[in-house]
Amino acid sequence: MHREEIDILRYALRRLLGAVPTLFLIITAAFFMMRIAPGGPFDQERTLEATVLENLNRTFGLDKPLWQQYAMYLNNLLHGDMGPSFVFRDKRVHEILGEGLPVSMQLGFLALLLALFIGVCMGTVAALRQNSKADYFVVALATFGITVPPFVVAPVLALVFAVFLGWLPAQGWGRADQMVLPVIALALPQVAVIARLTRGAMIEALRSDHVRTAKAYGLPASMVVIKHALRAAVLPAISYLGPAAAALLTGSIVVEQVFNLPGIGRYFVQGALNRDYTMVMGTVVIVAVFVILFNLMVDLLFAVFDPRVRYD
Amino acid sequence: MTDTREMVLEVEDLHVSFETPDGPVDAVRGVSLNVRAGETVAIVGESGSGKSQVMMSAMGLLASNGRASGRIRYRGRDILNMPPSELNRLRGAKITMIFQEPMTSLDPLFTIESQMSEPLRVHGGLNRKQASWRVLELLKLVQIPDPEKRLGAYPHELSGGQRQRVMIAMALANDPDLLIADEPTTALDVTIQAEILQLLSDLQARLGMSILFITHDLGIVEAFADRTYVMCRGRVEEQGPTADVFHAPKTDYTKMLLAAEPEGHKKPPRETAPVLLEGEDIQVTFGLPAGFLRKSTELHAVRGIDIALREGQTIGVVGESGSGKSTLGRALLQMIPSTGRVVCMGSEIGGLDRKAMRPHRKGLQMVFQDPYGSLSPRMTVREIVTEGLLVHEPGLGAAERDRRAEETLRDVGLDPSVKNRFPHEFSGGQRQRIAIARAVILRPRIIILDEPTSALDRSVQKQVIDLLRRLQIENSLSYIFISHDLAVVRALSDYVMVMRNGAVVEQGPVDQLFDAPKTEYTRELMRAAFDLRSLLTG
Repeated sequence: MHREEIDILRYALRRLLGAVPTLFLIITAAFFMMRIAPGGPFDQERTLEATVLENLNRTFGLDKPLWQQYAMYLNNLLHGDMGPSFVFRDKRVHEILGEGLPVSMQLGFLALLLALFIGVCMGTVAALRQNSKADYFVVALATFGITVPPFVVAPVLALVFAVFLGWLPAQGWGRADQMVLPVIALALPQVAVIARLTRGAMIEALRSDHVRTAKAYGLPASMVVIKHALRAAVLPAISYLGPAAAALLTGSIVVEQVFNLPGIGRYFVQGALNRDYTMVMGTVVIVAVFVILFNLMVDLLFAVFDPRVRYD
Repeated sequence: MTDTREMVLEVEDLHVSFETPDGPVDAVRGVSLNVRAGETVAIVGESGSGKSQVMMSAMGLLASNGRASGRIRYRGRDILNMPPSELNRLRGAKITMIFQEPMTSLDPLFTIESQMSEPLRVHGGLNRKQASWRVLELLKLVQIPDPEKRLGAYPHELSGGQRQRVMIAMALANDPDLLIADEPTTALDVTIQAEILQLLSDLQARLGMSILFITHDLGIVEAFADRTYVMCRGRVEEQGPTADVFHAPKTDYTKMLLAAEPEGHKKPPRETAPVLLEGEDIQVTFGLPAGFLRKSTELHAVRGIDIALREGQTIGVVGESGSGKSTLGRALLQMIPSTGRVVCMGSEIGGLDRKAMRPHRKGLQMVFQDPYGSLSPRMTVREIVTEGLLVHEPGLGAAERDRRAEETLRDVGLDPSVKNRFPHEFSGGQRQRIAIARAVILRPRIIILDEPTSALDRSVQKQVIDLLRRLQIENSLSYIFISHDLAVVRALSDYVMVMRNGAVVEQGPVDQLFDAPKTEYTRELMRAAFDLRSLLTG
C-alpha cells in the first residue's frame, strides 16, 4: 500500500472510533429527552384500567427505574435489538425500520443525485453568464427553493401534477412514475443550495490565476471551463453533501407523509406522537449513524478531488 | 546604428480602459513599443503604471470590464482584434507567458505532467506518450531536481522556485518566439530569484527567443534587459538601451525611480542604553506530537534564539521565507505560544495570557506587512487609530482622543482631515502610514515591524523608511525590523540577525555583517540581492 493510502485508512479508523462517543451522546440525550416529555405510550383517550396498565408497564419494563431501562436499552442495542415497539406490539423496532429503510434510502439517494446534477449545472451556467437573464433566473430559483419548505412544495406538486393534470401518481413507491414527484419535492431545496454554492465557487474559479494560465496557453474554452474551473468549483458542493444528507433525512419525513410512502419517516412522526419510545429511539439511531457515515464519506471523497487534502 | 532584426511584437498607440462603477478608468494611454527577434526588452514601472495591462491586452486576457484599442501586431498579424479561436493557436505556442504568482498560477488539482502536457497536445498534436516524454525533457531543461519524480507531483508539493521552473518549462514547451514574463521573480526569495533569472538568460542564449520582461525591480532590469521602457501612469515615460536609461536618465520620473533605492545609515545606540526587550532561548513549535493513530506534525519554527534590544536600537532580522523571522516577532509579542524567557522593560512576559499581557501591549506595538489586509475595511481612519486608546487609556475623553489622533496623523505625514475616510480610499503607502499611526499613538517604546515596506513600491518605500527613521529619533523608539529585503535592512538597522530554518546563522553590527559576512549563506544572500549582474554574466 502507498503511504497516502495508509494515511487515509488510519484517518478513517480514527474517525470511526471518534464516532462512537458521539453516537453514545446522541442516544443518551434522545433517551432522556423522550422520557422528560409528558405522557407515555399507553396514555389514550380512554384511560386503561389500573391493573392493565400495570401489566403493560411490567411487560415492557417501564416499571423499572429509569437508569435500569437505559442500561437495558443500551445492552439490547449492542446486540442489534432495538426493542419491541410499544404501538405495533407484535414487531421489534428494527424489523419495522428494516422494511422502511430501503424506500427512504432510495428516495434520499435519488434526490441527492438529482440535486447535485441540476444544482451544479445551474450554478455553472449562472456563473458563466453572470448578470444575464439566465443568472437572475438561477438566483431567483435558488432563493425560492431555500425559502419554500418541502411541506409546501410537496402538496403543491401533488395537487398540480397528480390531481389537476393527472400526469403522475400522487402516492405509492416502486414504479418510476411514482418516484418523480417525491424526489423532486425532496431535492428542490438542495438544488437551490448547491446551485448557489457552485455559482459562487465558479465565479471565483473563473477569475483564478490558474484559469488565466489555461487561457494564456491557448486551451479551448470548453477545456478551460470544464477541466480547470469546474473541478475547483464543485468542491464546495461536495463538502456540502454531509449537511445535505442530514437535510434530506429530515425532509423525507415530510415528503413520505405527503406522498404516503412506506419509508421510515412516517414511523418517526407517528412514534413521536404516540410516545413510542423505542420506535423514536430507533429512528434517531439510524439517522445519526447515517449522518456520521455520510460526513466521513464526504471527507474521504474530498481526497479524490483535491490532492491538497492530507489525512494526518 | 539601426537594428535589422525582424520585429516580433509591435504595439502602437495602445489604449486600455476599464469600466468601473465610478466611471471609466484609463489604465494605458497611448503606449507604443516593440520587441525584435532574440531581444530582451523590459517594461519597468511602479504599481498602477499599466505595464501588466499592455501584455494582458496582447494575450487577450483583459478582465471582462476592460477595453483595448490601438494596434498590437505579432509578426505583422493583428492580434488585438483576432477572434479567440485564432488567438488560441498563437498563445501557448508562439507567444507564451509566465506570471508573477507561482503559487496560484498552476492548477492545484492536476499533476505537473497533466498540466504541462495540455499545451503540447493541443498545439503540438502530440499523443499522451510523446507529451509525457517531452515534459520530462523540459523539466530537465529547467533543471528541476528529480524530474522523473516530479511528473506525478501536484503543485503544492513543489517549492515556489520549483513551480516557477515548471511555468518556464511550460512556456518553452512549443518552442515559442516570444516569452512574456510578468514579474516572474517578485514572489520568490532573492537567492531563488537569482537562479530563475540565470535560467532564463541561459535558455534565451540557447533557444534564441525574444523575452519581454515586466517588472518593478530596477536591479533586475539593469542586469537583464537590452532595452528598457519606463512606464508611468499609463504612458511610456522614457525608452532606450538599458545602459543609457540607467546612466543618463532623461526624465525626472526615471531619475526619481533610480534615486529611490533605500539609503542611509544608522548609528548604534550608546553603550549605556538600557536593554528594553530581552528574549532568551525562544522556541516555537507548531503542530502536534505523534499520538494515537496519528503521525507527528511537529515543526520547529524557531529553535532557541537569544535577542536583546536596547533603547534606540534597531535590530534587523533577515531571512528567506520559512526562516522563522516573522514567527520570532510574534513569539516575542506573546501572540503565539512559545517557550523561553522574555523580559520587557523589567517585567517577565513570557507565557502570559491575553489578559495578563494587555497592560504590556501599550509599550510594545507591532506593524504588519500587508497594509491592505491589516486595516479593518469597515472602520474609519479615526476609529482605527484611536481604538488602542480606548483600551489602554480609557480615562481619555473623546475630544482628547481626537486631538491625539490628529496629532499622530500629522506626525506620520497624513493630513488630519482624512480621519473620517475608510482604508480603501488610500494608497498602499498611505495605508502603511495609518498602520504606523495606530501603533505610535499609544507612545510605545518598542515597535516590531514585520516587513512593513515589502508590499510597497520603491519610491513609496523610501518615504516610509524616512518616516520610521524620523519617528525613531523624535520618540527614541526601539525597532525590531523583520524583512527579507537586505537593502532596506541595511538602511534602517544598526544590528542584524540572519535567520535560516528557525536558527540564527550569523549576527553582528550592520557594517560588519554587510561588508564582511562570515558564513557562506550570508554571502550568497548578499550576492543575490546586490550583485545580480555579475551573477548573471559570470
